[in-house]
Amino acid sequence: MADKQVMKRAKYKSSVKDPGVAGVLKLNIERFVFMPNDPKASTKLNVEFRMITGHKFTKEGSSKQALLNLTQEQGGNYIFEFDSFADRDVCREFVAAAIAFHSEAGKATTENSAALVNSEQLSRAETERRIKLLQENSELQRLHRQFVFGGILTDAEFWATRKKLLDQNDNRRPKQRVALKNEMWTVKPLSDGQSNRVTFNLTPEIIHQIFAEKPAVRQAYLSFVPNKMTEKEFWTKYSRAEYLHSTKNVVAAAAEAAEDEELAVFLKRDDMLANEARRKIRRVDPTVDMEADEGDDYIHLPDHGLFQNETKDVLESQYEPYRRSFSQDLNQHAAVVLQGRLVDVELGDPRSVAEALSRTKQAEVSDEISNRNLEKELSDRISRIAEIEDLQGPRDPAVAPLSIKDPRDYFDSQQANAVKALGDAGSGAKPLKSSVSPREAYGSLTDLVSDIRVMGLSEPIMNPEVALKVLNGLTQSISSTKFHLGKNPRESVLDSLPKVTKEELLHHWTSVQELLKHFWSSYPITTKYLYTKVTRLKDAMSQVYPKLQEIKESVQSDFRHQVSLLVHPMLQALDAAFAHYDADVQKRSAKSGERFNGFG
Amino acid sequence: MTPVSSKLYTDDVSLLMVLIDTNPFFWNSVKSTLAFSTFLSNVLAFLNSILLLNQLNQVVVIATGYNSCDYIFDSSDSQSQTQRVEQMLQKLEEFVDKDESLGREDSVDGPGFSLLSGSLSMALCYIQRVFRSGPLHPQPRILCLHGSPDGPGQYVAVMNSIFSAQRSMVPIDSCVLGAQHSAFLQQASYITGGVYLKPQLLDGLFQYLATVFATDLHSRAFLQLPKPAGVDFRASCFCHKNTIDMGYICSVCLSIFCKHQKKCSTCGSVFGQAQTQDSSTPDRKRKTPLDA
Repeated sequence: MADKQVMKRAKYKSSVKDPGVAGVLKLNIERFVFMPNDPKASTKLNVEFRMITGHKFTKEGSSKQALLNLTQEQGGNYIFEFDSFADRDVCREFVAAAIAFHSEAGKATTENSAALVNSEQLSRAETERRIKLLQENSELQRLHRQFVFGGILTDAEFWATRKKLLDQNDNRRPKQRVALKNEMWTVKPLSDGQSNRVTFNLTPEIIHQIFAEKPAVRQAYLSFVPNKMTEKEFWTKYSRAEYLHSTKNVVAAAAEAAEDEELAVFLKRDDMLANEARRKIRRVDPTVDMEADEGDDYIHLPDHGLFQNETKDVLESQYEPYRRSFSQDLNQHAAVVLQGRLVDVELGDPRSVAEALSRTKQAEVSDEISNRNLEKELSDRISRIAEIEDLQGPRDPAVAPLSIKDPRDYFDSQQANAVKALGDAGSGAKPLKSSVSPREAYGSLTDLVSDIRVMGLSEPIMNPEVALKVLNGLTQSISSTKFHLGKNPRESVLDSLPKVTKEELLHHWTSVQELLKHFWSSYPITTKYLYTKVTRLKDAMSQVYPKLQEIKESVQSDFRHQVSLLVHPMLQALDAAFAHYDADVQKRSAKSGERFNGFG
Repeated sequence: MTPVSSKLYTDDVSLLMVLIDTNPFFWNSVKSTLAFSTFLSNVLAFLNSILLLNQLNQVVVIATGYNSCDYIFDSSDSQSQTQRVEQMLQKLEEFVDKDESLGREDSVDGPGFSLLSGSLSMALCYIQRVFRSGPLHPQPRILCLHGSPDGPGQYVAVMNSIFSAQRSMVPIDSCVLGAQHSAFLQQASYITGGVYLKPQLLDGLFQYLATVFATDLHSRAFLQLPKPAGVDFRASCFCHKNTIDMGYICSVCLSIFCKHQKKCSTCGSVFGQAQTQDSSTPDRKRKTPLDA
């Protein structure tokens, strides 16, 4: 593997701007060597990959030069410019593999070196993911080494069957979204106790929550903020309104609102919310009978049993819009929290948050408008539920009746086959073809019974030696089944084999599986490419075949039987593949022969 | 009838249902290796020893004939001990006569099948009767002393008996005397948690019976009894009564067929034709190149 190497014409540069020294870059798994064209030049390089920690490269397609930048452990880096991007990519992949190889500590031999050289352009992330998978899974690594380096499969073919594995690996880090805090933002004014100043704390998170819960505030923000007032003014006003609410002084609130129309926006009941609530009520399943359900739960308790010292006194109608109920707030908050975070905007800018929230709301509304089926469905449901049972015709059962036919048909049919089956069943250990008349058979049976009646039981019933033999036989078989089958059902034959044999068997099993998977998946052969692939696979499989035989012969005689039992299915599977291959080749040659004749 | 609540529950009193294969064609075919009289004397000694193990033990013998089945012995019938064997043998003779008179065929090839399903059902019925009446609630078990090959035609009936035995927690022990293993009894013992045994030395039958099948169910928990190395789970198809490895199953009633049917012969469901061309043949397709 160490002899795999890549050689490309390149320029070595000390920096990107540097014109560079033309020369030849030679890469192998251990090191890269740069030889300048000018033998007198001093910029010879001979660096081990062990020292290299990473690589960077310029994007293809841009007008830039094809650069490859290797970062050294100690901080320095080597920049190479290539004649073409194709050259660069070959080197880049080689380097990626080499670095991965060396970053795997301890494993000095082998590894995925140059095989990544293929025509397919892989993204760097993809390559890294593959390398990571190989590192994590030693079995996969073995297979990869065996088949991809052995030239039986190309890298792309190998990975094509493992797309799922790659995807899984990718999905392993899901992006978790943080939900809204399940905490109502209640204004807790921080008063210093000396002056009459009241301080509110607002964070982007809280602003987001306010926007989500109070569409009217959001609306006001969008319409007021840049033009009418500054952001600070806006929030001061809002806080003032909240403060008024918290004092529960409805009359005072109304009075303030009358003076300041902007403040009134915050103090009045949220019209948008009310609209939305009405819309939702329209969509409630009409079959829900609130009255009937009333007794079932505790909704008839005032305020759900929560104690809230809300002003209960009757107010004049002009103050009505300034009242807010706690349960309204609670419901709105709950709805928003359950809905979760709708927008994925950076929280820093309140304006963008507000806009994003408005957009999602509008989208929701328009969705509903377009969804006219909903109303139809609702009315369907009403008519279904509200139907009067007495007036309905008898409904057909939804199931097809099960008709068990006369069971005699079934038993009679056996008679015809009895004779045939008899031949099959009887021919077990010894074929019993003797045809006996019933009279004879029954006669002998009654004779035997009467024998015993006359003679009595034989004394002794049996030979003590036979009894001992039976007893020994039973004990032996019981202890042997106990030994073989074990108490542990997971204990398999494999575990009883020597470790080397076991590993070898398992390895062959996986490799045979891999080969067969590729083999069968390339049928039917439609392109020349598949044809060569199948031929390659077939050759590889025929190499495995004698190896399996070798294993069988190499093990000790104690295990030979078990090993051959294990190897047998593998051989069978391979045989099936060979047979299929041969048949296919024959068919092809026959077909081409025909065609030839047709032309001739 | 004794009310169930006042019954005597014990863990060491057994009700042993012994099913004796009396298929004359089978016994005729093994005359040289194991004569029916030798078999009987072994079994009688075994039954006596069961009765000696516990005073309250009960033994019922059912003859599994070629054309019929019948109870031939019940130890709970009051009778003097000395006449037990005499009475049973007499009943057995009568049974054989009756069984012969029911037969219609002139000649039978090979050993034929005995009515295992019938005697299993009778044994289960008897157990249910004991459960619902009488002063005792013994631990029941069924012991099949069977020689005839499996009658594939009885597949459904036998399986139904097995499952009802499993439901009433009655283990079915089997001692196979014939030349081949019995798939029915293997499954029966496996499903119901009984012991399946095929004695190698038929001369020592009594020893096998006494060693393996004499212990009551409670003591079995402490013993290592022979375990079969494998169970033949193959089913018989309903159309030709062949034992098959792979087949078609009716999606409605779970009937088994060896070939694709247009309509289920048991429940009459009509099967779709949609994928028969493709999905039913790949197995064959794969096999043909093997043969080639």
